Amino acid sequence: MALEVVTGNHAAGYALAVAGEANRGARGAACGIYPITPQTEIVERVAGFPFTKGRVVPVESEHSAMAVSMGASLAGARAFTASSSNGLAYMVENIMTAGFYRLPIVMVAVNRTLGPPWNIWADQGDSLMLRDFPWVQLYCSDNQEVADLTLLAFRLAEDRRILLPVLVCMDAFIVSHTQAETDLPEQERVDRYLPELELPHRMRHDVPRTLGGLIWPDVTTSQRFDVDEAMRRVPAVYQECRDAFRNVFGRDPGGVLEAFRTEDAETVLVASATIATTVRDVIEARRARGERLGLVKMRMYRPFPEGELHRACASARRVGVLDRDYAAGIGGVWGQDVRAAFQGHRDDVLVQDYLLGIGGGDVTAESIDRVLDDLRDRDRAGPASWVDLAVGGAGREEVA
Amino acid sequence: MSAVTEGALAAGFPSIPCSEECLLRPGNTNCGGCGMSIGLTMLGRALEEAGEACMMAIPACCGAVTAGAFPTTSYGVPVVNTTFASSAAVASGLAAIRDLNGESGQVVCWAGDGGTYDIGMATLSAAAERDEDILYICYDNEIYGNTGGQRSSATPAGARTTTTPSGKREGKKDIVGIMAAHGIPYTATLSIAHPEDFREKLLRAFGIRGMRFLLIHSPCPTGWKSEPGDSVALVRLAVRSGLFPLLEVFDGERWRLNAEPDGSDPAEYFRRQRRFRPDELDLDAIRAACRARHERLRTLAATFPA
Ligand SMILES: Cc1ncc(C[n+]2csc(CCOP(=O)(O)OP(=O)(O)O)c2C)c(N)n1
Ligand code: SF4
Ligand SMILES: [Mg+2]
Repeated sequence: MALEVVTGNHAAGYALAVAGEANRGARGAACGIYPITPQTEIVERVAGFPFTKGRVVPVESEHSAMAVSMGASLAGARAFTASSSNGLAYMVENIMTAGFYRLPIVMVAVNRTLGPPWNIWADQGDSLMLRDFPWVQLYCSDNQEVADLTLLAFRLAEDRRILLPVLVCMDAFIVSHTQAETDLPEQERVDRYLPELELPHRMRHDVPRTLGGLIWPDVTTSQRFDVDEAMRRVPAVYQECRDAFRNVFGRDPGGVLEAFRTEDAETVLVASATIATTVRDVIEARRARGERLGLVKMRMYRPFPEGELHRACASARRVGVLDRDYAAGIGGVWGQDVRAAFQGHRDDVLVQDYLLGIGGGDVTAESIDRVLDDLRDRDRAGPASWVDLAVGGAGREEVA
Repeated sequence: MSAVTEGALAAGFPSIPCSEECLLRPGNTNCGGCGMSIGLTMLGRALEEAGEACMMAIPACCGAVTAGAFPTTSYGVPVVNTTFASSAAVASGLAAIRDLNGESGQVVCWAGDGGTYDIGMATLSAAAERDEDILYICYDNEIYGNTGGQRSSATPAGARTTTTPSGKREGKKDIVGIMAAHGIPYTATLSIAHPEDFREKLLRAFGIRGMRFLLIHSPCPTGWKSEPGDSVALVRLAVRSGLFPLLEVFDGERWRLNAEPDGSDPAEYFRRQRRFRPDELDLDAIRAACRARHERLRTLAATFPA
């Protein structure tokens, strides 16, 4: 194992490349690449990697980046790419296409605010807009998780029971550009972890199939149902991929979510990515003062791990959801899913959504304290609450 | 041989291979008189003659509908339907893996004018700039056929479409000039009314590595408001009158003209399609433009011969 001090982007680029290289004994690897801040270093690393049997195609847009990766995947190769923010928005049509073609493509998304106005800092609104697509979504808190989950993503995506693309997300700059000690596994172990890919529906001359032609509603329904079945299998297969990861690399890449001090927690915060790390510190500190607080750090967003969330929140009465995103007209994205998960299952739980760190704003221990105070003092849930609203609050009153 | 084929032969029609193996199988959903059907059939025959396998990337267009509905397909070769703008990029991925694995066979994009001149332009231009080893074929019916007949940047001036109800003001984009300017190894125009020239160009294209761009003038009775039985005659007239020159460009530098106009009047071409109102067209200007275009092409072919 090689411990290095690298950025999150470096970790991602490395993991994508060695995963591609691990398929050199089979049909090789390829990807279309297109740069966007703060993802650029990822594709630069991929472009500079000395593949034995791989091709990196520097295209003219994100839309084509995914299209090239799809073509490579359809030809049976291991395929991947990376993007962010407006790049993901531009790519949307082909992101959807890759999913419904059941292509096991892995894409790293560096979560950045969608413009306008231009803002390059962390915000999950970009990847969360893809929430209804047939893609698995994973969120990372640090560089090690980026490396580990990117590798795991290939094994999960390519599993015959799944065959769905996987999105691996990290926060812009806070992870993408921060150097930290990271264990970058050597090729030989990656080779052992990632079996050679044999895509069952790859295009081949002896099978004159037409992929993606017209289908009637009944077949469309079956196709969606098949995706749904595969999605339902994801948590269990993820667990297998996690166990295999532990065996090969001697490190736990983590479960679909991580419950921290939730055993007896009366109040639980649900968070993801780097915000979860801050929450953890605050909970530790307030626990020392006798508050029964817990954290659920969400690693998987799609499929939404409802069952695991229920188990982690078994003792909870109050759940606060932290959303670093804004869904126009409803509040936060994670908030909607968490509310839906509790509805009808545990109607005694108060679920309150908090919007914070929008557009890359700092989420400090004080922000989390304000969330916890608000949650403690509530007798009922309300609309998503804006934490740290600096300007505009007064204006809103004026309008009212 | 089926009774139908035997009957056709007896009636003096040439035999058409109708096995499951042919590129375009019988029973497809194309309109009668569709130039795309003839183009696909000729592509299939040329591939067979050259002993070339092929895979096709087809963006949204009539050619995607040609396949019919799952689980049947009218295509006898592997096909992937791509998003509208993406055929050249998906083909790039397919070709990359073909090459990495030392495999042979053509990766063909079969795209309409909308997917080529319009929405797919950036993708195509980038694939050409990278000189991807793909055979890009645009069947140009000068309209968005699939969506019911809207204008494209390949629609000629004067043509009525559903989005140019009183006739299009602008002329066709010079796609041949655009593609040749990329310096790709081979750019050519093809007409289904010139089958021998058509065949030769396909065979030539198969033998060249890198990006090859072929433009087929593809009659569309539905969009052109013409008689299905007139399709071949119309595109023949387009070549003879100088409206659609048959040419080849090698490496974007060396030019060859494959047919000289025979003095046919373009007016006849317009009269036989109800998308045009010949009385609204400046026929003298069109005749002059045809002459000027050919003069220019002759000069290019003489100065920079292939
Ligand atoms: C992104 C996107 N926009 C619009 C469409 C709708 N659409 C499908 S085919 C088509 C026109 C195709 O025209 P052309 O490429 O000339 O092929 P033709 O139908 O004439 O064969 C359009 C607009 C689409 N499928 N995708
Ligand atoms: S609309 Fe035109 S191009 Fe489309 S199938 Fe009919 S004739 Fe062919
Ligand atoms: Mg068209």
